Amino acid sequence: MASKWGRKLDVENGRVDMSHGSGGRAMAQLVDEVFVAAFDNPLLAQRNDQALFDVPAGRMVMTTDGYVVSPIFFPGGDIGSLAVHGTINDVAMAGARPLYLSASFILEEGFPLSDLRRVVASMAKASRDAGVPIVTGDTKVVERGKADGVFISTTGVGIVPPRVVGPSGDRAAPGDVVLVSGTVGDHGVAIMSSREGLTFETTITSDTAALHRIVARMVETVPDVRVLRDPTRGGLSATLNEIAAQSGVGMRLVEKAIPIREEVVAACELLGIDPLHLASEGRLIAICAPDDAERLLSVMRADPLGKDAAVIGNVVADARRFVQIETTFGGTRILDWLVGESLPRIC
Amino acid sequence: MRYIDEFRDGAIARRLADQIAKEARGGRRYRLMEFCGGHTHALWRYGIVEMLPPEVEMIHGPGCPVCVLPIGRLEQAMTLARHPSVTLCTFGDLMRVPARDRRSLLQAKSEGADIRMVYGSGDALAFARDNPAREVVFFAIGFETTTPATAVVVKRASELGLGNFSVFCNHVLTPSAIAAILGSPDVREGRIKVDGFVGPGHVSTIIGTAPYEPFARDHGKPVVVSGFEPLDLMQSILMLVRQLNEGRHDVENQYARAVVRDGNARAIAVTREVFELRDSFEWRGLGTLSRSALRLREEFSAWDAERKWSIPYEPVPDHRSCACGEILRGQRRPTDCKIFGTACTPESPVGSCMVSPEGSCAAYYAYGRLRKKSEVEA
Repeated sequence: MASKWGRKLDVENGRVDMSHGSGGRAMAQLVDEVFVAAFDNPLLAQRNDQALFDVPAGRMVMTTDGYVVSPIFFPGGDIGSLAVHGTINDVAMAGARPLYLSASFILEEGFPLSDLRRVVASMAKASRDAGVPIVTGDTKVVERGKADGVFISTTGVGIVPPRVVGPSGDRAAPGDVVLVSGTVGDHGVAIMSSREGLTFETTITSDTAALHRIVARMVETVPDVRVLRDPTRGGLSATLNEIAAQSGVGMRLVEKAIPIREEVVAACELLGIDPLHLASEGRLIAICAPDDAERLLSVMRADPLGKDAAVIGNVVADARRFVQIETTFGGTRILDWLVGESLPRIC
Repeated sequence: MRYIDEFRDGAIARRLADQIAKEARGGRRYRLMEFCGGHTHALWRYGIVEMLPPEVEMIHGPGCPVCVLPIGRLEQAMTLARHPSVTLCTFGDLMRVPARDRRSLLQAKSEGADIRMVYGSGDALAFARDNPAREVVFFAIGFETTTPATAVVVKRASELGLGNFSVFCNHVLTPSAIAAILGSPDVREGRIKVDGFVGPGHVSTIIGTAPYEPFARDHGKPVVVSGFEPLDLMQSILMLVRQLNEGRHDVENQYARAVVRDGNARAIAVTREVFELRDSFEWRGLGTLSRSALRLREEFSAWDAERKWSIPYEPVPDHRSCACGEILRGQRRPTDCKIFGTACTPESPVGSCMVSPEGSCAAYYAYGRLRKKSEVEA
């Protein structure tokens, strides 16, 4: 079939080759027929090397993230939806409304164009569903063996609404309440279940989701949310330890209050992994003043992405900055950072 | 979750703790060695140590396969891994263990050695079948629990005539380690007192409980083979206390839902078919012990990495500040080591006991720091 580039790209059977990154017609055709067609928005359609847009006065946030997840397709998502959700979430965790995304692709020579189209379609859908367009991008191709299929970097910008004080990891104070928006560890188990050499049967799918809408409602109700953060790599445990270190406080959690799916617990028992070390990609941790906790919890629970939200513990004064957990067994233990890398390339 | 929650019931645990306190009568001590690192972790993770009366003292044993592997064996693995044609398949725990000059397999990998993390021996065999151009070496470690899985892949490789697969065998034997502890001068001359043993349940799923009967009889020490859930351990401790009170030294099986006296006949048979006893083997902490480890039998020598590759063994002393050896022998506790938690942490380990998820130092670091003087105002 003809296109303005002559022969249409053979997306069904074709593969990425070095010419797709050369700056020549092949690259322009790939960008045109795969990326611009899918992402379809006026800023991108201008075909400039940058996007130009107006912004309201106030505070902006900007974040960037690289995505190297393996395998690229996993139960409940793929590297494309993850690259959109993850960056939107990082913008949202500042209490901000995400405006625009950029996307940069590193493609390995030989990567099937059909897989690329599938990833791009998934990104386009995630971006459309979230209402946050991908307005500029870049594509590079490296020789076979120098990458692994596709790596994606996305950058996001957003604005913090005027009323929002500005959640930040250094604002947790003794007495504050720690909440989580839903079950933890689903993404980690979904990735593990599809990992080469580790395939096991599970019905768990990744929780990957864009959290900006639930965050918008949360900061509208409680403008002084102290901390928002999504527990991705290293799971709940790493995220809370980070916050404890930043704020110079300790935390005390109640194990039985933490929502975890039974299938996730079962998979973790089998593999000898602590579910609190497993990544989520569509969950958030919120820390707020005790007086705000009830209102925050109810607004979280009213959102489909927060229906399993729960209060899981408190911030305490602790010079050692320990995150402690009261176990269902009756004792207390330290919830420590994950040591080493039990599960590389989770996102 | 079924079959898990029942064994982690806090109310039953408190009743068991009360019973142990009632029966562990004043005036005598109960020094119990939990051989297995999995038990050490469960004791700390669930706070069982704190629930026990002062009369009952837990001594941590050497049952951590990563911990007891001496540096010399790791150096041999490094040598293999650096060979350009070799892909070394190893368990994740081993990647970060410091060898000579605190260098690890993880560092060797970053420098270009082809080292892959696997979850089991079968993954290594599959990798060899899929990559005929690579010489795939499986870095096999572990006590009797993991040995049959290695035996099975060796047999399978031999059936397939798979020439590019071999096993670097470091399988060791639990009864030999217990014998070494009981026979050590420290224990014989009373510097370390061990009154009884919590036996490793997973090992006994393979070997059964019978191999402990000679120790119990000859050394007069009771053994209770235990499961790994917190209530398993508490029940086992109570059983040991009762035996000691009654002056008995029997081998008892607390883990009856998984263990039988004579073990798993098929697993034992395949192990015997593939492996034979080594004359001697160096253990970290316990020294060189005769007839304490396995190697591939002559008929499987084509799949024995030590015969296939020239990797002579050279003992390497532990780091001079590291107390892993004494900790593995039960002579010292992790917190007695002068570099514990300072120069030696899970992120930057000096000794193997801080690396392995089954190591005593890692357990103390992960769970035990809380037990120091509390500075928490809740």
